[in-house]
Amino acid sequence: MELVLIIKLILVVAVFAIALGIAAYSTYGERKIAAFFQDRLGPNRAGPFGLLQPLADGVKMIMKEEIIPAHADKTLFILGPALAMLTACMTGVVIPWGSTIEIGGAYYPLQITDINIGILYAFAVVSIGVYGVMIGGWASNNKYALLGALRASSQMISYELAMGLSIVALVMTTGELSIGEIVRQQHGWHWNVIYQPLGFLIFIVCAFAECNRTPFDLPECETELVGGYHTEYSSMKLGFYLFAEYINMFISSAIISALYFGGYNFPFMDSLGLSHNMVTTIGVFVFFAKVIFFIFFFMWIRWTLPRFRYDQLMNLGWKKMIPLAIINVLITGCVVLLLNKN
Amino acid sequence: MILLNSTPADYLPIVMMFVVAMGFVVTTIFFTHKLGPKRDSKIKLDVFECGIESVDNARLPFNIKYFLVAILFVLFDVEVIFMYPWAVNFKDMGWFGFVEMLVFLGTLLVGFYYIIKKGALKWQ
Repeated sequence: MELVLIIKLILVVAVFAIALGIAAYSTYGERKIAAFFQDRLGPNRAGPFGLLQPLADGVKMIMKEEIIPAHADKTLFILGPALAMLTACMTGVVIPWGSTIEIGGAYYPLQITDINIGILYAFAVVSIGVYGVMIGGWASNNKYALLGALRASSQMISYELAMGLSIVALVMTTGELSIGEIVRQQHGWHWNVIYQPLGFLIFIVCAFAECNRTPFDLPECETELVGGYHTEYSSMKLGFYLFAEYINMFISSAIISALYFGGYNFPFMDSLGLSHNMVTTIGVFVFFAKVIFFIFFFMWIRWTLPRFRYDQLMNLGWKKMIPLAIINVLITGCVVLLLNKN
Repeated sequence: MILLNSTPADYLPIVMMFVVAMGFVVTTIFFTHKLGPKRDSKIKLDVFECGIESVDNARLPFNIKYFLVAILFVLFDVEVIFMYPWAVNFKDMGWFGFVEMLVFLGTLLVGFYYIIKKGALKWQ
């Protein structure tokens, strides 16, 4: 029992550190990719190829003057970014980062905890993230911040519906709410994306909207709202908001890879003739490769598509995504039942 | 059946993660508060309004549509949550469960059609 707890603690700290590290280097990646798309060089001053840029940015954020506007609600002003950061970090708990490792004949899963309602937990925590944005924007007592927060919250809750419905269809085919079990079912190449292509499409569009990423980044659309909900923020509190966005992007990519792209599974994993721990190690790398691909995909879309108008965004969410998700549930239901007959 | 194979101990790591994340957030906020320079002035602490002198504060009435979306979200999200237990047991219930869900979804869609026709989701 103690060994289990120690392993869990190591995993918790490791996942936390990896999430922060990947989020930090996503900012670097984002700027480099933007530069590549726009035929520029991107950050290249701090360290070789600008690789130390995230560190320099972090130090800058910490050393900056902290401004709390005189008219702002002080408690909520601090609570907003803290909540955004906290909820962003909490989701990683239910994601299976790898299969099991064998230590002295016992198997330990590389998932912090495999609760049987993993998907619901992830959704619940992501929903609390809306409060971070809403509280921060309202507490600033700034009109841009208020508008940004309103837009962000109604956008996030609107797309959550379609996201929930796309997951319903997935749960119908898998019969499970535990993310660990869903990944185990996708052994080899039985990835859910093959059975749920439409569901995957809805899910990824909603993930973009949940993370406030382009083409759905209206909450912080600079041309009309300055910085959106974090207009009044400075120092590390601004840093938390930005960090939370990148961690959310990382976690969304991880959830997409786990639910639809087989997680740590890869084709021919049984026929390689390697030891269990070796397969697990490759699996972890495969999983992170998938995650990094999706992070890249997020950035790729950001520098390719223009931003939606607000009514277009709401129409897409309510009048297209939700009916589409319901149709997906119905089609899935029919197909699963017809195949189950025999 | 699946609801039985999880114990309260499974939730312990979530508490661990909460402690780690909370510790990080609180320490960072505390230290940045101590580390940064402090040079306050009345104008610096004023509301940012693109350099124009700020008019009023932001406690303004805003568009009712946002409120409406929030209410509709609560309604529909509860329906979606209802579908999860159904989806988990879907294969066992077969066509009977499917038809029952059709009735449920039908009722839901009537409401959905109503709010669209009422123009609740019209953003102009």
